[in-house]
Amino acid sequence: MSEYKSGSNLEKVLNAGLFAFTGECGPPQGANLTHLKEKAGYLKGCVDAVNVTDNQTAVVRMSSWAASLILLQEGLEPNFQMVCRDRNRLAIQSDILGAYTMGIRNMLCLSGDHQKFGNHPEAKNVFDIDSMQLIYTTKTMRDEGKFLSGQDIDVAPKLFIGAASNPFAEPVDFRVHRLAKKIAAGADFIQTQCIYNMDRFRSFMKQAVDMGLTEKCYILAGVTPMKSVGMARYMANSVPGMDVPDSLIKRLKGAGKGKIAEEGIKFALEQIEEFKEMEGVAGVHLMAIEWEHKVPEIAERAGVLPRPTF
Amino acid sequence: MIVAEPKPIKEILEMVKDLKKILVVGCKGCVTVCNVGGTKEVGILASSIKIYGKKNGQEIEVEEYTLERQCDPEYVDEIKNIIGDYDAVISIACGVGPQFLSERYPSSKIFPGVNTKFIGGAIEHGIWSERCAGCGTCVVHFFGGLCPISRCSKSLLNGPCGGSSNGKCEISKDVECIWDSIVRKMMEQNRLDELIEFKPPKSWITARDGGPRRMIREELVK
Repeated sequence: MSEYKSGSNLEKVLNAGLFAFTGECGPPQGANLTHLKEKAGYLKGCVDAVNVTDNQTAVVRMSSWAASLILLQEGLEPNFQMVCRDRNRLAIQSDILGAYTMGIRNMLCLSGDHQKFGNHPEAKNVFDIDSMQLIYTTKTMRDEGKFLSGQDIDVAPKLFIGAASNPFAEPVDFRVHRLAKKIAAGADFIQTQCIYNMDRFRSFMKQAVDMGLTEKCYILAGVTPMKSVGMARYMANSVPGMDVPDSLIKRLKGAGKGKIAEEGIKFALEQIEEFKEMEGVAGVHLMAIEWEHKVPEIAERAGVLPRPTF
Repeated sequence: MIVAEPKPIKEILEMVKDLKKILVVGCKGCVTVCNVGGTKEVGILASSIKIYGKKNGQEIEVEEYTLERQCDPEYVDEIKNIIGDYDAVISIACGVGPQFLSERYPSSKIFPGVNTKFIGGAIEHGIWSERCAGCGTCVVHFFGGLCPISRCSKSLLNGPCGGSSNGKCEISKDVECIWDSIVRKMMEQNRLDELIEFKPPKSWITARDGGPRRMIREELVK
């Protein structure tokens, strides 16, 4: 028997005590395989696993399991994202079985953005179970070998279970407790929301460390480099639960024309340097949204290359 | 109560455009309380239809009637002697009304005059808010007396999600985040331990997901 829960590459990296580096890739709004392969190609060799988003912002895209399989074929390890918005417990459990059978080993459990944000706001949502219960479901299937019904599973899916945490959403005092709840429900690793307010993140991590959470679960700090002042403003004003300090917006503005993206990358690199040293942080989750081609450069400059192989 | 809103008058007029004799039927229950389907509103709708008819050179005869309740066969029976005189009936009760009328009077044409919105109450004059999803198994006591099933956009039992901001829901600044209220209240009452407790997947068997519902109370059945 393996000592690992899933044997995924990401699990091995974290288990070995190495600083993990994960990336993200949104499936295409169509069957554009070439584009998906091109985006994935930039990430190859630069990250330990790639999050494959599941109809993110409630916009219809190629299904996350299908795109995850393509990444597998391309030699990348997917972190298959699953949201509760579009599936009931039957579909969720059957997709878990299918994903595992086809070689997927990491799964990120999310509630999902409300369909009101997306391109089908008229849709009926599901939310049969929530993200916490999805973690529990996946763990029950893996460790108990049972479906939610209590019925035995004929070959249990062994997935490395991920969950999200937003240290900046409200009510702030409850956030670390919700993180604890996700860990108790069965999360093996956490990827946080994009961090810009380092002060708030430092105090969140201190709480997590003090509560002993970082001994039970790996926490990967979320980093999204700012490409422009407009993006920073949009993140600050229009993305719920995002905390972008004015000082960062000022800094980006101060960089001057043509140098803002580089300043955004510099800030991200400074963050990564700090995360490497921050107690309880086990790695970084780099969400370079539609900026996948920049990942090799960022990884190189962050000094996280080459990635370990097992 | 069941909260409803009037259907746009254009939509109602479209329904009845070729009809000459119409009976508008109100209800003295919930829809009277939420000012949409009582005696007063029956009168307003009847007048609107008549005015529309006159404008278009049509003589439309509109009669008004308000039942004690449209969700009770005993009261629905009251119009048995007059309903046959009309080409159509517009019910401005909740969604139960037009159906009870349709079932009781199979040969009549029945139209709905309101849109039934939700189970809720008036938070101030003219503003109503949802409170219950009718899931069939009340759990509000786990959440400080507040219902996340009806009031959280994602019906989270282990909220709040990462989209809660300034007490508002991620879907709109006009929607309160009920999980924000739940957490604050439970923390104020020193009940954090209850909130941290994992809430397992809910059985939706008693909700609409278990199929159309029916309730039998043997002690009341004659």
